[in-house]
Amino acid sequence: MALDRLFRRRRTRGGGRDVPELWLKCPSCEAQVYKKDLEANFMVCPQCGHHFRMGVRERVQMLADEDTFSETTGRVHPQDPLRFSDTEPYSERLSRYQQKTGRPDAIYGGTCTIGGVPSLLLAMDYAFAGGSMGSVVGEEIARGAEQAAAEGRALVIVAASGGARMQEAALSLMQMAKTTMALDRLWEKRLPYVSIMSDPTTGGVTASFAALADVILAEPGALIGFAGPRVIKQTIRQDLPEGFQRSEFLLQHGMLDRVTPRSELKAVLAQILGLLHPEGVRNDGA
Amino acid sequence: MALEFEQPIIELEARIRELREYADSKDVDLSDEIALLEQKLEKLQKEIFGGLSRWQRVQLARAPGRPTTLDVVEKVFADFIELHGDRTFADDPAIVAGLARFRGKSVVVVGHQKGKTTKENIHRNFGMPHPEGYRKAMRMMDMADRFGFPFVSLIDTPGAYPGVSAEERGQAWVIAQSIQRMGRLRVPAIAVVLGEGGSGGALAIGVGNRVLIMENAWYSVISPESCAAILWRDAAQAEEAAEALKLTAHDLRELGVVDRVVPEPGGGAHRHPDRALRELEAALAEELEGLEALGPGELLADRYRRFRAMGAVKIEPAG
Repeated sequence: MALDRLFRRRRTRGGGRDVPELWLKCPSCEAQVYKKDLEANFMVCPQCGHHFRMGVRERVQMLADEDTFSETTGRVHPQDPLRFSDTEPYSERLSRYQQKTGRPDAIYGGTCTIGGVPSLLLAMDYAFAGGSMGSVVGEEIARGAEQAAAEGRALVIVAASGGARMQEAALSLMQMAKTTMALDRLWEKRLPYVSIMSDPTTGGVTASFAALADVILAEPGALIGFAGPRVIKQTIRQDLPEGFQRSEFLLQHGMLDRVTPRSELKAVLAQILGLLHPEGVRNDGA
Repeated sequence: MALEFEQPIIELEARIRELREYADSKDVDLSDEIALLEQKLEKLQKEIFGGLSRWQRVQLARAPGRPTTLDVVEKVFADFIELHGDRTFADDPAIVAGLARFRGKSVVVVGHQKGKTTKENIHRNFGMPHPEGYRKAMRMMDMADRFGFPFVSLIDTPGAYPGVSAEERGQAWVIAQSIQRMGRLRVPAIAVVLGEGGSGGALAIGVGNRVLIMENAWYSVISPESCAAILWRDAAQAEEAAEALKLTAHDLRELGVVDRVVPEPGGGAHRHPDRALRELEAALAEELEGLEALGPGELLADRYRRFRAMGAVKIEPAG
């Protein structure tokens, strides 16, 4: 599991809505970037093109056709089936993330059109427990796939996750099977599913629905893999090769279809959906 | 090698053995004394095993002498023939696969394989598969489907191997594909957690119509050690993590993650493997028989229902 990064950066990293920082330092080129400029540029560094993590609302706004989005998530709420407690009770962790993000769990999305193609778009929220997949994320993805299949929509999922959520233990693990199997509803109806991997996409999320799309796109420089780099380093006791587990590395190894910069993401996605979705195929784009 | 909490049992067993030998050699009748001690032994076993902590169960799940996949195919199945290779890159010794007979009928069997010695364990990579292992497993799923044979998987892995080569060859991709492939089987599928059920590397061959677990096995999203290292930032808190993860057979039965717990009589499968395997054989026979009545479509629907229901959520009514 690549959850080692989840909780560590919580306090040291900004980006929370409650900390209105005006300037951000780009972790890649170290330039000081004015936050407003960054936001206007879809959270991509204007100096070097580094892709910052992006909020789920902004993500949906960027990908859905204007004024077509209608939220379907938000009614599924997490429980604490194991009454899990580590250094903090899980129930308290959940409340804290719910307050911080204003949403019940780590996923947001709904119906919309993308380039005119009827779609169901889901975005994982890294700001909520590192985008980890517990029962709610699994349930929303399964429902999303089922609804898309029932309504003839394409499914698009933007992954941003450290993997399965430890605090729901075996139940989180089972979400990998649940989400994977739900995708077959789309297969049966010949409806397309596009997976967009953003930074990071690791662990049980990569090893289930995220890797099983008709087309997989990744944002530049995203960490993508099964095990987290720290775990691998501990296992092999060697430094990892430069660029290991980054989007470009995975493209080279044949695991992705394309690495697509955020500025082109909407256009590329619309093109693919237009070619795959029955409505787009019929309409021939005219 | 015995675990610390088993010491009293081992000592009592030794005394019974000594008494027997003494009685035999001196030709005296000590049967009353022996019977009394045997009663005491049974009570002691019940006491100790009834009150085991989750962490102690994890230790049992890893105990040397526990039956591995190769023991199961030899003792529970007949006519086993191992088949090798993923037809793409290599053969992965961490996963064993092949054809066998169960109660006279052909079945396909796939399982993680740990070694019994250090040398063997290095060869088997401690039961941690590379992508090739899962590709081999998928090949075998194809074969089960093609010939209409039941598919039985045996889970015993700390997890899929976290290494550079495994990542380069798409560890996450093959695990996802294997979950999907097993979910699509049109034949009865039964998964048995034999020892360790570590995360996605275990689930990859765990998508059964029925999921069974040995009494002293564990199954979770992460090992207690790794969980402790991440959440407590201290791998030494594994004991606490094991408690929190609720990863034992009985926990999982309660959570609905497994359908049936296979008893390990007489103090654990590592001490009495044959008794545990007889229990496993009986459980497998019953479960397979129950599934034989279902057609391909029903098996698919049954499996989807099973996994679709997993999780704990509260859903607000649409408003």
